[in-house]
Amino acid sequence: MKKSVLGLVYVWEIPVRFYHWLNFLAVAALAVTGYLIGKPLAIQGAAEASFSYWFGVVRFIHFVAAYLFFFNFLFRLYWGFVGNPFASWKNFILHRKEQFKEMGEVLKVDILQATVKPMDTIGHNALAGFTYFLTFLAFAFQAMTGFGMYSAMSDAWLPRLFAWVVPLMGGDFAVRQWHHMFMWFFIIFSMVHVYLVFYHDYVEGRGILSSMAGGWKFVEKECKPENS
Amino acid sequence: MDDEKKPTIWESAQARGVSRRDFIRACTWMTASLGLASSSMAQVVKALETKPRLPVVWFHFQECTCCSESFIRSSHPLIAEIVLDKISLDYTETLQAAAGKQAEEALHRTMRKYKGEYLMLVEGAVPLADDGVYCCIGGRSALDIVQEAGRDAKALIAWGSCASNGCIQAAHPNPTGATPVHKIVTGKPVINVPGCPPIAEVMTGTVAHLLTFDRIPQLDGLGRPKAFYSRRVHDTCYRRPNYDAGLFVNSFDDENARRGYCLYQMGCRGPVTYNACGVMRWNNGVSYPIQSGHGCIGCSEAKFWDNGPFYRHLASFPGFGIETTADKVGAVAAVATAAGIAAHAITTNIRKRKIIKEGIETSEDMGGSAASKGGE
Repeated sequence: MKKSVLGLVYVWEIPVRFYHWLNFLAVAALAVTGYLIGKPLAIQGAAEASFSYWFGVVRFIHFVAAYLFFFNFLFRLYWGFVGNPFASWKNFILHRKEQFKEMGEVLKVDILQATVKPMDTIGHNALAGFTYFLTFLAFAFQAMTGFGMYSAMSDAWLPRLFAWVVPLMGGDFAVRQWHHMFMWFFIIFSMVHVYLVFYHDYVEGRGILSSMAGGWKFVEKECKPENS
Repeated sequence: MDDEKKPTIWESAQARGVSRRDFIRACTWMTASLGLASSSMAQVVKALETKPRLPVVWFHFQECTCCSESFIRSSHPLIAEIVLDKISLDYTETLQAAAGKQAEEALHRTMRKYKGEYLMLVEGAVPLADDGVYCCIGGRSALDIVQEAGRDAKALIAWGSCASNGCIQAAHPNPTGATPVHKIVTGKPVINVPGCPPIAEVMTGTVAHLLTFDRIPQLDGLGRPKAFYSRRVHDTCYRRPNYDAGLFVNSFDDENARRGYCLYQMGCRGPVTYNACGVMRWNNGVSYPIQSGHGCIGCSEAKFWDNGPFYRHLASFPGFGIETTADKVGAVAAVATAAGIAAHAITTNIRKRKIIKEGIETSEDMGGSAASKGGE
């Protein structure tokens, strides 16, 4: 193996990290409360309804988290245009030949577990970028279907903007069904995402795991920082 | 049928022996059911005193006549009587006295005489498959009749789920190609009044609105009158506090069912169904399904037959058999993912030895300061 000198690169700016962890909290809250809304706990009790409101609270948390999630998502889209090159939208929409080539290489590393070669990319690799693009689509879908359903019980302008989604998809039942199905996308994405971060840190040792806390990644000195 | 000077609604009510008191009472009821303020009552009275009765034709296609049955049981029969009286003169297959040639003549006379003025009520879906042979009246297909009559109608009301969204006829696999009216008649206002059947007061209320204001009521994105379909059954349900308190019936024979808790867990479609059942209720406001201990089946929503089973609020996942919900599919996918991750982690660790070894060698080349770290 060649000698390698590791240098530090500041990859994830504070807004990106802030977005990531707020998004994590919001999605976790949304998935847990969403699952509960779909399948409430079976409580046997002789209580009068006026004495408790726990299901209302669960729904309230879901709605508040949804607003946080939504505006956080909008903020991240904005940051894709003004942030540093690692945060740029160009990482998520594959448009260059090298990106597709790199995607193949990452698949080799991840799935075939081929020998790790020094990667050119410092920020998101092409496969990760593409996957996050898909999650952004899922974010948009969940926001649209969620606010679409919410519009029936709200006069606020934001949910009203999405009222058209319900008739388009053939009624609340269908919207609810799709919204519920996409929750599983988030769960499975999270599992794979967390695992792959550990995996890459484990085999590459470039500090990917801590990069979302401190923002720094290690990089081989010969590699020139990507400027996409 | 030959009235050159059409009598007003008040005149025809008088002719039927309706007293002024009953007439005003009906106007009051109408005002309330239209969601107007009591100060607008005078407007309603004036409209019914001065407006001639609306010429109406009522068609029956792929349906079970439950809409007609519901309509004639309206708790305030004046409007129903007036409309029925009129349509029995003009055209409705199930209630008119005329039959055969006379009936067809009556229909065509109305269509000619009141061209562009008559109100067209459609009960039932229209089959489009195989040139519409699955529903023929007087030797003509329903499609033919709807297109002809729809051309010169002032407005259309699609009675019930059949005419609004296809209902059971349009359920998968929809062998006759049953199609709702609004997909066939274009360029005319179509008011959808879904439900299987719709509530009688909702039906008469919709007609009353047209009579009073001479224009179609405010409609939502699916063409339903907002006055009756803007809220979900869930929003107006008297069991709603139990939902917010998280008190649910878990089986039809448990204690919670006896206590009258929320039927959400029993597949109640109230949260996804837009209708006025919780407010107007049925049979002169006596009860509605949830009050009688059974969940809403969502009969006024499109595809409610396909969104089964009724006793579960997640539909079967298409292609995975009847007992499989999205949750089961999702859980299996999650378990499969976890298994894949575990297998991946194992092979990684087998490989990791080599990686560590290489890493130590590299570090040693660099001067060995990290060698001790590599000795883990």
